[in-house]
Amino acid sequence: MASDVAWSDTTTELAGVKLHLSRAGNGPALLVLHHDIGTPDRLPFYDLLAERFTVLVPHHPGWGLSARPGWMRSVRDIAAVHQWLLAEQGLTNVSLIGLGFGGWIAAEMASLAPRDFHRLVLAAPMGMKPPEGDILDQAIISYIAYPQAGFHDQENFRRVFGDVTTDQLEAWDIAREMCFRTAWKPYMYSQTLPYLLGGVRAPALIVWGDDDKVVPRSAGNAYVRAFRHARLEIVPGCGHLIEMEKPEAFARLVIDFVNAD
Amino acid sequence: MHLMYFTEQPMSAYDADEGRRYGATALTFSNRNFDPVAGSRLYNQYLEDYIYADECGADGIMLNEHHNAPFCMQAKTNVFASILAAVTKRVKIVLLGNPLPLAENPIRMAEELAMIDMISKGRLVSGFVRGGGQEQLASGVNPAFNRERFEEAHDLVVKAWTQPGPFRWEGTHYQHRVVNPWAVPLQKPYPRVWIPGVLSKETVLWAARHRYPYIALNTAVDATKAIWGMYSQQAREVGYEAGPENFGYLIRVHVQETEEKALENARQFMWMQGEFTGLAHPVWANPSGYFSPSGRRNFVEFAVGRAKNPRGSPTFEEQVANTMIIAGTPKTVIPILKTLIEQTRPGIMGFWANDGKVSPQDTRTCIRLLCQEVMPAVREHGKTLGLRSPFEADAPVSIEYSKDLRPQAAAAE
Repeated sequence: MASDVAWSDTTTELAGVKLHLSRAGNGPALLVLHHDIGTPDRLPFYDLLAERFTVLVPHHPGWGLSARPGWMRSVRDIAAVHQWLLAEQGLTNVSLIGLGFGGWIAAEMASLAPRDFHRLVLAAPMGMKPPEGDILDQAIISYIAYPQAGFHDQENFRRVFGDVTTDQLEAWDIAREMCFRTAWKPYMYSQTLPYLLGGVRAPALIVWGDDDKVVPRSAGNAYVRAFRHARLEIVPGCGHLIEMEKPEAFARLVIDFVNAD
Repeated sequence: MHLMYFTEQPMSAYDADEGRRYGATALTFSNRNFDPVAGSRLYNQYLEDYIYADECGADGIMLNEHHNAPFCMQAKTNVFASILAAVTKRVKIVLLGNPLPLAENPIRMAEELAMIDMISKGRLVSGFVRGGGQEQLASGVNPAFNRERFEEAHDLVVKAWTQPGPFRWEGTHYQHRVVNPWAVPLQKPYPRVWIPGVLSKETVLWAARHRYPYIALNTAVDATKAIWGMYSQQAREVGYEAGPENFGYLIRVHVQETEEKALENARQFMWMQGEFTGLAHPVWANPSGYFSPSGRRNFVEFAVGRAKNPRGSPTFEEQVANTMIIAGTPKTVIPILKTLIEQTRPGIMGFWANDGKVSPQDTRTCIRLLCQEVMPAVREHGKTLGLRSPFEADAPVSIEYSKDLRPQAAAAE
């Protein structure tokens, strides 16, 4: 998908680490929080959003091109760093687009600052103990099998990642280590988050692929119950990595939801 | 020399075909394949074997632990150590070792070890390990903090052993309000600590900085020499000269009355399809963060099948040819071992003697021949080579208790 969206990459130093940030577009600000496996530099989904919004895609501290903070111990720590980043950027009334693990970070950010955000879009967020089923444990499967499990159709894995490079494998190993450092036990959820979301003022859209093999959909229902204003939207023919597998459909949902009065 | 008997305590009664069908014999290979009736028989058999090794004249019994796998039945090294403390008379009880990062409470570890030391009347050697990657996963312990936990737990255990309580510990991974265990070791300043490993550079250097003997586990001769070189260099940098008392070597040796029987039984060293910790997915052995970051790039390629196992997968014949496995009668084995200790010069040696499905009778024959014929010959030869154990050399327990350190050059400017 060719795109003429112009992205700029910068490095911001905060909390003692250099944070990598990609930015494009104009209009209301969206902060996109990537998955536990990190993010490709560019994605069609990001471009689609950048045609309507100011889009910020940071690499989480310790992931991708952002340096590792050795002190970091929890997903709430990551949430605080991203709040700091928004402060540095001078942005308010931002909408958060949280992808999987990034959805958990977004929920933590909203719980810490319940009046701060315009809209929340959480795509198959981790962070809640699923009432039924368990979150897939990446610790005991290979670097490639884990992202593959994020797709409904393996052709989409090949479209996004191609012949996986050694650089990509290394990045996935580093990402996995950061998951262990911040979300090892309990694995990929918080026992306190469900009690802290009720104060969040921003409407939340929870999106789930109908074939998510990573986070059980029951966690989505739990999120809907925990927020004041939330609804669940299902994307057909789609796995956990919704923005990679169904970029157009997901972008449409985001655009309509963020722009709604 | 200090010469030890070792076995992995194989759970030999499991159905190997089930492992082949499943494609793994570790971590997630179901414990439905564990038979506690056979387990009871085997635990008691292994206990009798250790007592026999004590009676036959071994200097030490080396114990270890692993989890979720048939290749090693011992799930808690301190359990067998406790029993042996009471039922053996003479041998050193050498734990190689307790996986410190798996300890949620290092104070409890310090207490258990102190009890073993007192019950055995001062025969404990308390080795510590990081634990394999699979052990972290089997125990739910974060692999990304493995080394940090290892070092901090060690510091806490040693402090609990050497400094009168009560004191408080506010560490990174461990916090304790009141450290004041009423079980403290009999040996002073504290039981000897030996550090086993298979290559990890960081561990070799850590052991050298503490002046703890490093025990190379079944490494090839060249790799073993490389480890000694690395250790010795670090030792010089902290002010002492490493000698045989700083080095140990675990080697697979099986002895019988005939060559044929010895070779046949020695094939059992391959019983886990050549992988001595069993068939496993690479990411189980090296979960992210467990491995040295310098090895990350090579490892990820190996983990997805693009690179060969960095340890290689030599055949039985190749391992016999390069003395990774030594098998025969005492007459044929002794000269090989003499050459090996000339090449590697260890003060401590472990003989990993029985594995897999070697019969109880053959196991005892092996122990008798090993302890009564092979060990005395190796010990004598070791004397002529000046290979003194830490006990014979009266080596300090750690660098903290060394009185012979060279003054250090001023810190780097």
